[in-house]
Amino acid sequence: MSAVQIRWTGPQLPLSFWLGFAVLTVLAVLAVLAPWIADNPNRLAPAQRLQPPGAGGLFGTDAFGRDLFARMVHGARTSLLIGLIVGGLTLAMAAALAALCVMVRAADAIVMRVLDGLMAIPNILLAIALISVTGVSLWTMALAIAIPELPATTRLLRGVLLSTRTRGWVEAARVSGCPPLRMARRHLLPSVWPVALVQTAFVCSSAILIEAILSFLGVGNPPNVPSWGGVIGENRAQFQLAPWVILIPSAFLTVTVISINLMGDALRDWLDPRERGGT
Amino acid sequence: MIRYALWRLLMAIPVMLVASSVIFVILRVLPGDPALMIAGERATEDEIAAIRESLGTDRPLPVQYIEWLGAALVGDLGQSTFSGQPVTRLIAQRLEPTLSLALPTLALSVLVSLALGTLAARRAGSLADKVVTAFSVLGFSVPPFVVGYALVAVFSLWLGWTPVQGYRPLSDGIAAWATALVLPVLTLSTGYVALITRVTRASMVEALSEDHVRTARAKNLGEGAILARHGLRVAAVPIVTVAGIGLALLLGGFVVTETVFNIPGVGRLVVEAIARRDYPVIQGVVLLSAGVYVMVNLLVDLSYTFLDPRIRY
Repeated sequence: MSAVQIRWTGPQLPLSFWLGFAVLTVLAVLAVLAPWIADNPNRLAPAQRLQPPGAGGLFGTDAFGRDLFARMVHGARTSLLIGLIVGGLTLAMAAALAALCVMVRAADAIVMRVLDGLMAIPNILLAIALISVTGVSLWTMALAIAIPELPATTRLLRGVLLSTRTRGWVEAARVSGCPPLRMARRHLLPSVWPVALVQTAFVCSSAILIEAILSFLGVGNPPNVPSWGGVIGENRAQFQLAPWVILIPSAFLTVTVISINLMGDALRDWLDPRERGGT
Repeated sequence: MIRYALWRLLMAIPVMLVASSVIFVILRVLPGDPALMIAGERATEDEIAAIRESLGTDRPLPVQYIEWLGAALVGDLGQSTFSGQPVTRLIAQRLEPTLSLALPTLALSVLVSLALGTLAARRAGSLADKVVTAFSVLGFSVPPFVVGYALVAVFSLWLGWTPVQGYRPLSDGIAAWATALVLPVLTLSTGYVALITRVTRASMVEALSEDHVRTARAKNLGEGAILARHGLRVAAVPIVTVAGIGLALLLGGFVVTETVFNIPGVGRLVVEAIARRDYPVIQGVVLLSAGVYVMVNLLVDLSYTFLDPRIRY
């Protein structure tokens, strides 16, 4: 019986999962529709500076008179896109490295030592160092955020692969001459994908957080690319005068990250056989 | 034990070698020729070659790497390309604010998260447990600068208890120093507390469900003794491990917290260095924090024998 069949007999996903799912769906719809439902997020209107919410648009305006609602929905594009790209990039690179480690013994020692070394550099500092050299674009940002995520994700996938490889059904498939591709797809993947899925969810939320931190520090996205963290960083001097310019993007950021983490936690409990009372 | 300590120290060397070569490649090789940056647009070939020679960048990269690392080992991290000052001096000047932030944060985080995690584990499933668990999910999801601004909004702007921003050196008096540090310490702690609380709860739930705890309860041992001797002592290894790995969170968090509160520490030094493309400074700070991380995790490893007598080397 494969893991895919077991999930239908298990308990339903908890409410927290659907709560997170609903919030992310709304955000994704806003992000996709951004150009049609909001003004140009970069239009400067110095006369309309720091308008409170309501008077100057739904969320008011920032220190440069830019419409905050437009910056929020366009910022949602930036954040969700970074989350998805970093999640995919990390998963692809970590899966390739983990497979390499499991298949080639000599590579294993080298890859793991390099990852140990990478892990010693705090992720924000490593990302800052990478960006300071490569300059900022969507792809260099994504790569600079993904590389610090590699050690933990690779280690996790490698561990699952190593333990799955010694399981009875894998041994049985091997002695019966199962070709490598079929082996990977039918016998290894079903054990690996739940772990990979949950880990990718956490990488996504961490990526959104780190993008926000980098843009807040002024080393991430430039001002013409709307970003929640960027809005907070650009307006931090205005905090006492116009707290909403800081609080609104903070709320967007926090709610998004919590939603993804809620979904990840729920998925982990749901996919973990021990939580289902054994399989 | 001593043999194991030496062996672990030896094993930390390759980690530092890899970390330092990653830093070297990123910050010395990728940015291109530092001589061109210093010389400016109108320099002649001869002038550039002279600068290269004085910087040592005319030699092969492996030689440069070994020289850089050897110098770093004896406390020479090179000179800032912006101010020409030694990087170690620049870092030393910023160390007081950063340490003032680091030490209270570590102490507070450990105390609070052990207390919260134990409280939640003792009454697993209770309202207190749910509140603590919700806090640890939240503390993990809220970006540090959001925590910082929320604290400033409540305690500085609304209640007026603490200064909004800034750092007061110890020489200004302990009271001024401490009140200026309250909010930054809380900001920096949040994520770390959430992390350690989570693992303390999980580890304590397991420890408290063991037979020796039931025996201790049966012989009417005080609750404090049960929690300390039969609970935390047994639960300690995973807690210390996660606290060590989570240190990376704190080391990155300085940059954010110091920016929110305008604290002139090592974190701000890096952000300022990026704006000036001052690679030796970035390189020095990143190398230093990797060194701190590796040393702390070495100590964590060595602490296992004290925490759990079953672990012998």
